[in-house]
Amino acid sequence: MEMEEEVQAIERTLRSPAELMTIVEALVFVADEPVTSRVLADVLEEDRGAIEAAMEELAKEYEAREGGLQIRVIAGGWQIATRTELHEEVRKFLKTRPSAKLSLASLETLAVIAYKQPVTVPEILEIRGVQSATSIKTLLDKRLIVAKGRKEAVGRPMMYGTSKDFLIQFGLRDLTELPSIEDFEDLVQ
Amino acid sequence: MSEELEQYNFDFHHETAEIVRDGSEELKIKIGEFAGPLDLLLFLIKQEQANIFDIPIAKITQKYLEYIQIMKKLDIAVAADFLVMAATLIEIKSRMLLPRDPKAVEEEEFEDPRQELVDRLLEYEKFKSAAGMLYERTTIEQAIFTRGEIAREEISLADMIKTLKARILELGEVNLFEFFEGMRSKHELVTAFIAVLEIVRTETVRLLQKTTFGDIILRKV
Repeated sequence: MEMEEEVQAIERTLRSPAELMTIVEALVFVADEPVTSRVLADVLEEDRGAIEAAMEELAKEYEAREGGLQIRVIAGGWQIATRTELHEEVRKFLKTRPSAKLSLASLETLAVIAYKQPVTVPEILEIRGVQSATSIKTLLDKRLIVAKGRKEAVGRPMMYGTSKDFLIQFGLRDLTELPSIEDFEDLVQ
Repeated sequence: MSEELEQYNFDFHHETAEIVRDGSEELKIKIGEFAGPLDLLLFLIKQEQANIFDIPIAKITQKYLEYIQIMKKLDIAVAADFLVMAATLIEIKSRMLLPRDPKAVEEEEFEDPRQELVDRLLEYEKFKSAAGMLYERTTIEQAIFTRGEIAREEISLADMIKTLKARILELGEVNLFEFFEGMRSKHELVTAFIAVLEIVRTETVRLLQKTTFGDIILRKV
């Protein structure tokens, strides 16, 4: 029994980097959502470093091949997606129209939440100068924001923050990929 | 209740609003969507080509009030927040008219009544720009497809009705349990169910169930 386990362990370590690349490619391909290196490492019982190296090598290959697909890091996970330039053909084939965009009010509310999170409704009002209840409902419905508990302040207002879906829908690796809010100052006047 | 309107279609690259006087001097207005009073103020300041750090408060207040009047005339619900800003502007304007306290000027304690508003406008404008950045990102993201998204792409009711009609025409009858089993998501299942109701209502078909809890068959009459 012990020996068997040992043999299995040896077998696992026997995966060559090239083999590992083909395996992670298949897994990322079938995934519904971006897959983290940790999940891949757990499933394959491999070292996280080895997984990351394999994915990075694969991403380089995709890049060099200049094919129809690209490998991206979204919400901290790996994702295989079509290339931007092919959107017309892909959309025509899928017979889909671009989904409805958020209103200006909702985008502004989302921007305040993304940069000030966790943030309360009164704090959003302070910055936007307008009630944002409708926008907050829209953003909650679209799962772009989530409630982050109540603030220990008068009235214990609910705090909101962005969700994983926000990162996915806006193609962000993580929140630090957003440009600093102070960078927008240069655009003012 | 003051709620911003959500139903407008919005294009970030279009002028948000415009007040035009045509030949007959009749005031015409192209209503755009303003995200709020600060947005309207920024627009008016830009339109007057005024310096945000030295806002001609009398002129801007007058333009702002004109704008609100037009909105009212056109029966557009003016959110309370717009009226709050009107009051703020009028207050600043009147404070600017008051003679300055000579002592305060000497001691450099004099604060420009516009300062707080300027700070708010500058802070707001940063987030307005950030919203523009998010808008650009969605545009790019809509050009990128993943398998996950495609799987989640839901079939429309019209398409579902078409599919079901085609199956009835082809086979003469459709077992609804089998039809529903082919649905990939809850949403699709609901769409399929509504499609069945719609077809029963509009087409010459009949629903048959021979035994209690038995299969339900949709059959062409």
